[in-house]
Amino acid sequence: MIWVDTIVQGVLLGGLYALFAAGLSLVFGIMRLVNLAHGDLIVMGAYLILVLVTALGLGPFLAALVAAPVMFLIGWSLQKFVLNRTLGEDILPPLLVTFGLSIVLQNVLLEGFSADSQRISAGALETASLALGPVNVGVMPLMTFASAVLVIVALNQIFYRTAIGRAFRATSDDAVTASLMGIRPGRVFATATGIAMVVVTIAALYLGVRANFDPSIGPARLIYAFEAVIIGGLGSLWGTLAGGIIIGVAQTVGAAINPEWQILAGHVAFLVVLLLRPRGLFPRGSD
Amino acid sequence: MSLLETHGLTAFYGDFQALFGVDIRLERGETVAIIGANGAGKTTLMRSIAGVLRNAPGMIRHDGAEVGALPADTVMKRGIAMVPEGRRLFPSLSVEENLVIGGQHKGGRDFGDRLDAMLGRGAATLAAHAHGSGYWTLETVYALFPILEERKDNPGTALSGGQQQMVAIGRALMSNPEVLLCDEISLGLAPVVIKDIYAALPKIKESGASVIVVEQDIGQALKVADRVYCMMEGRVTLEGRPGEIGREAIHEAYFGAKAQ
Ligand SMILES: Nc1ncnc2c1ncn2[C@@H]1O[C@H](COP(=O)(O)OP(=O)(O)O)[C@@H](O)[C@H]1O
Ligand SMILES: [Mg+2]
Repeated sequence: MIWVDTIVQGVLLGGLYALFAAGLSLVFGIMRLVNLAHGDLIVMGAYLILVLVTALGLGPFLAALVAAPVMFLIGWSLQKFVLNRTLGEDILPPLLVTFGLSIVLQNVLLEGFSADSQRISAGALETASLALGPVNVGVMPLMTFASAVLVIVALNQIFYRTAIGRAFRATSDDAVTASLMGIRPGRVFATATGIAMVVVTIAALYLGVRANFDPSIGPARLIYAFEAVIIGGLGSLWGTLAGGIIIGVAQTVGAAINPEWQILAGHVAFLVVLLLRPRGLFPRGSD
Repeated sequence: MSLLETHGLTAFYGDFQALFGVDIRLERGETVAIIGANGAGKTTLMRSIAGVLRNAPGMIRHDGAEVGALPADTVMKRGIAMVPEGRRLFPSLSVEENLVIGGQHKGGRDFGDRLDAMLGRGAATLAAHAHGSGYWTLETVYALFPILEERKDNPGTALSGGQQQMVAIGRALMSNPEVLLCDEISLGLAPVVIKDIYAALPKIKESGASVIVVEQDIGQALKVADRVYCMMEGRVTLEGRPGEIGREAIHEAYFGAKAQ
């Protein structure tokens, strides 16, 4: 029975990693941009929510709702005024610029909030749990997982059912021909990064409620997000969810065997999947 | 004033000059053919007009307005659509989505356009041109190429070459353009398929579009065009009406005098 419990906890943890990864996956899928500051943007989102909670006395969920449009605008501007200039044949400039952005964000957060670890309080929800058959699951992890599934469903709907989603796919296929359709690729990319930042806000909410955070933890979140995106198959959103779950389960199973193995087990699972399926579980399309 | 004109149009790829002062014009209601051997600069000319390659503003005029420096999306919103060489369908989109995307951004009212209009940029260039005849919709494109309706849920790239070309033409028509640029729409297709494709031209003209066709097939070009330009090595070497220019002159303009 203990194993069922371990695996359920791992699946739910995978939801959190999928949330970390979904924005990264969306942006990579559309513009082949690897954003090394993604983890730090999640941490920045968590601080934004924290400020709204402490300064305005909002509940964390309402605070995230207020933060989402702000984060959209930040993402939109970041893409339009900075990252679009780095896109091109050469993949190095976006890596260098987002690496720099990562360091800048960490230092700005350190200036503003100090290195003390913080937490967003969600009151009784934090410790509430539900009996699901033989296992007890925390309400917060369950909500995280449900949010991850909802985010993936919503992103897929946007991607495959809306006009902006068509523009995303067309621009990702062939930006020059897309411009012949009246699309300005830079604007499409800005909208995509804006949407990714709304997902980042949701990830930030659960990051901040479930564990302590401080300005330095972004890069570690980025690694889990990367691993989830890569083993899921680049550009596949459902693959990203699957990737998150695999890492989550590997971590909890590893920890159940020996608590020191938690992190290592996740990375080993990542390597094993890559050995068996070098292009990930659900590689998208021809590229 | 012509519907579309180029004035001393030059174009470069890095240090390489591909066009050396090209002057062509398209009158309203006309079909103009541009012929020339491989590498003559026909595609470069089309890409310049469409805004994929940027030029000095005055080098291209649409309805008298200088459009040479406008980006491709703005040129398209003014009513100039292109069927690019090699068709270039979007592989991630179904046949129907490929058609729909051709028209969905024409209105010039997306968020970015509104922002530009607020900031006073681009508004003047878009004004008055945002709408064509309105004849072309999914229904009328499917009526023109019925096979596409049967294949509408397939990925665009799963179709035969001729069907893909129909999608590429339909996609450009969906914006109801007043100028349609067709770059080598018969390239790589069997003669009966080429006939099918060119059979759509009268209907396209009837809908109010003026057309520039780029062709390597001289016979085809002379058949459909009101006027013909021949290009060689980045220059226009001959202009005339199909009935008035002789084989000799075309041969010379196409291959250069030395070839004779
Ligand atoms: N992307 C490019 N980069 C460099 N040179 C190019 C490029 N495209 C075309 N050219 C050159 O420009 C000239 C004109 O090419 P193009 O316009 O494609 O001719 P056409 O369509 O008449 O065959 C050719 O010499 C070709 O090699
Ligand atoms: Mg060509």
